[in-house]
Amino acid sequence: MTLIVEAVGKREVEKYGIHVPRGFLVELPEGARKATEEIGGKVVIKAQVRTTGRAGQGLVGFADSPEDAARFAERMLGRIVKGFPVTQVLIEEFLDISREYFAGIITDTKEGRPLVIFSSRGGSGIEEIARDHPESVAKVHIDYTRGLRPFEARELARKTGLSGKEMVGMGAFLEKLYAAFIGVEARSLEVNPVVLTSDGRFVAADCHLTVDDYAVFRHPELDVEIARELGHPPTALEKSAYACEKDDYRGTFYFIQLESDVKKGEGWLGFHGSGGGGSMMSMDAVSDQGFKVADFCDTSGNPPASKVYRAGRIILAQSGIDGYFLSGSGVASQEQYHGARGLIKAFREEPLRIPAVIRLGGNREELAIEYLNRFCADLPVTVEAYGKDDKVTFCAERMRALIDEHTSPSDAELEAVKPLHNTDTPKLPYEFKTLTGKITFDHAKCAKCESKACIEACKPGILELNDKGAPALNISLDDAARGKCTECLACEAECFYSGETAVRIELPIPGLM
Amino acid sequence: MAVLIDKTDKVIVQGMTGREGRTRTKLMLGYGTNVVGGVTPGRGGEVVEGLPVWDSVLEAQDAAGPINTSVLFIPAPLVKSAAIEAFTAGVKLIVIVPDRVPLHDVMEIKAAAVEYDADFLGPNTLGTLSPGVGVLGMMGGSAESARKFFKSGTVGVSSRSGGITSSIAYYLGKAGIGVSSIVHVGGDPIVGLPHPEVLRRFESDPDTKAVVMFGEIGGTQEEDAAELIESSGFTKPLIAYIGGKGAREGTRFSHAGAIIEGGRGTYQGKIDALKAAGAAIAPTYDAIPEVTIQVLKDRGIGIS
Ligand code: SF4
Ligand code: SF4
Repeated sequence: MTLIVEAVGKREVEKYGIHVPRGFLVELPEGARKATEEIGGKVVIKAQVRTTGRAGQGLVGFADSPEDAARFAERMLGRIVKGFPVTQVLIEEFLDISREYFAGIITDTKEGRPLVIFSSRGGSGIEEIARDHPESVAKVHIDYTRGLRPFEARELARKTGLSGKEMVGMGAFLEKLYAAFIGVEARSLEVNPVVLTSDGRFVAADCHLTVDDYAVFRHPELDVEIARELGHPPTALEKSAYACEKDDYRGTFYFIQLESDVKKGEGWLGFHGSGGGGSMMSMDAVSDQGFKVADFCDTSGNPPASKVYRAGRIILAQSGIDGYFLSGSGVASQEQYHGARGLIKAFREEPLRIPAVIRLGGNREELAIEYLNRFCADLPVTVEAYGKDDKVTFCAERMRALIDEHTSPSDAELEAVKPLHNTDTPKLPYEFKTLTGKITFDHAKCAKCESKACIEACKPGILELNDKGAPALNISLDDAARGKCTECLACEAECFYSGETAVRIELPIPGLM
Repeated sequence: MAVLIDKTDKVIVQGMTGREGRTRTKLMLGYGTNVVGGVTPGRGGEVVEGLPVWDSVLEAQDAAGPINTSVLFIPAPLVKSAAIEAFTAGVKLIVIVPDRVPLHDVMEIKAAAVEYDADFLGPNTLGTLSPGVGVLGMMGGSAESARKFFKSGTVGVSSRSGGITSSIAYYLGKAGIGVSSIVHVGGDPIVGLPHPEVLRRFESDPDTKAVVMFGEIGGTQEEDAAELIESSGFTKPLIAYIGGKGAREGTRFSHAGAIIEGGRGTYQGKIDALKAAGAAIAPTYDAIPEVTIQVLKDRGIGIS
């Protein structure tokens, strides 16, 4: 789930008729001064950061004059909070409070229904309120199809002691909040406090909104840069990974960095899991061996070779890792050799400098292991490939042994590693686009080739020899670009192995090169 | 016998004309599932794997009903409508294979399931398989490998991870223990049949003598399973492994969420709850077969 900053959350709930304090989002102390002048009178200054408990960290302030507001803003802007720099502060009118409440709606995953929670006490933490004043808290589960009915909303208020106009007004507030929860597809939407002003309005003084990552695609209004729960500002590599993943629906690729301070020789691994539970279990196995994982990466759900290649490149771009460890559940339903091809391309393109243990268990794993052995044999570092009958603990032990006996390859050794792709400028280029990249054949080289290995390698069968004996598409360029070329990377690999190294598959990774 | 599949149940595949739909229809047919056809709006009249394609689930019911089960291979944003279509047409069990189904859509599907007194497995599930009976979803990949991987027997498997579901069954088989049914409950925060629901079904399945459960940190499914045992809703031996010991604690963004979870969801919390309920805990993933054999021996249960 992704946490939305307060100002954006308020902007959204306002669309559903909820009152929010008059306010301005500013990025400079000067803006804070102007905003305060505009509002006139006392203001609240709140740093816009994705964290809770802001008041205790000096991230909320009150000012009576534009000068004071500017001073507060200056102190907050540029501060780093849990790794996030404060770049925006919200300047709001100071509310004339007559009473405070808590209102929240969460997705109860156990029940699979929304749960509306209301308390006649607000301001402090809801956990404490529920513990110390249980009588002030009321909850109700909502049938999703039916929605929150007006009487249910009022009943929550009544049960906690509200009556008359106050009860009716709060009922209306909760209905609007529920509509907003549905509208933005929230995981949770909490307002603490809801303020009853002395002129009788219910106002959302704060707004804590988290949204469903899988629904963000239909909510551009939320300005979500990366729909992932990271707990830190996205790193350059995380941004690269997300950019690769965003529009590529073939399988899943997830990558987050768990540590910023990763140093050589301290047992950090570049971790590559395959399949959620398999990844988790594999991570447990390497930590039982005393390793630490620098990242958590998962490629699963039948990803194409191109996706595994990108994952590999991104994992290896982390400095300070001592080994590369890939493991899945052991018996995956998907064919494993696609993954193996992606890794081979990654390992040869930016020559691998650290040992790797690859456990690709599942359908056609023999082929995957054979590929890795065939294409990594001449690397100056050791790559060991295993399958489902090799236990994950054993593989973690092998990782340990390989790191212990590893010596860094020399520059000459690294330079001697040839990438799979054609590095010469093609004399007779024949090229076509794929879903996420581009393939170029050098037909001048193909003329000299005897094996024509690319044709047989292309399992989707989209390559055919033309009248000059060179490989060409037997489908339209559009079809190739729309996904008929599955980016299996086989033509490039087999041409390297038994052809003339005439193929170049370019798979851009934004932000990396 | 099996927990979710019946040899005589008629099964359709929604999205049978797509790439995954075709491949997995072949798997299901090859493994003995009674697939009678598929549904893709606008593609009615086509033939896939020798089976008819209809334009709607109602049309399928009229032509080949009664259809009890539907397996969905369709893009995530279209799942909600397809699932509710199946329920309204009288389908009692749907298997939602796709991942990335928006959570609010799943809540709506859940409400519809209650309304129509139906069940759903998933979303984000590989499905379920019972050796000698059939498979719903894509467990095993192909009929040939499914036959190679899974051995028939008396132990049930319930798992929150798809690959792990098959892996556990495979490693149990290597250790000489066959499986009755294996169920991937699905990887998403809200699923139709979480662990406790699957355990209930294993409880009433005479062919299942014990269950291996793969849990994960997060959510409350494993604690709920422990509660089910405490309340005697599940009385057979349970062997559990919880993944995620090595993961750091997740960031918690919602305070109100903490109220209903009440400190649950952690690795230690789950282990403690399951131990207290009398489940056997496998200390490592690799130890699952060993622990299972021990439990079966202690209870005097034969292994195949
Ligand atoms: S194998 Fe390589 S060199 Fe030979 S025809 Fe194919 S692309 Fe050209
Ligand atoms: S052209 Fe064929 S072999 Fe080459 S990447 Fe595309 S599908 Fe694979």
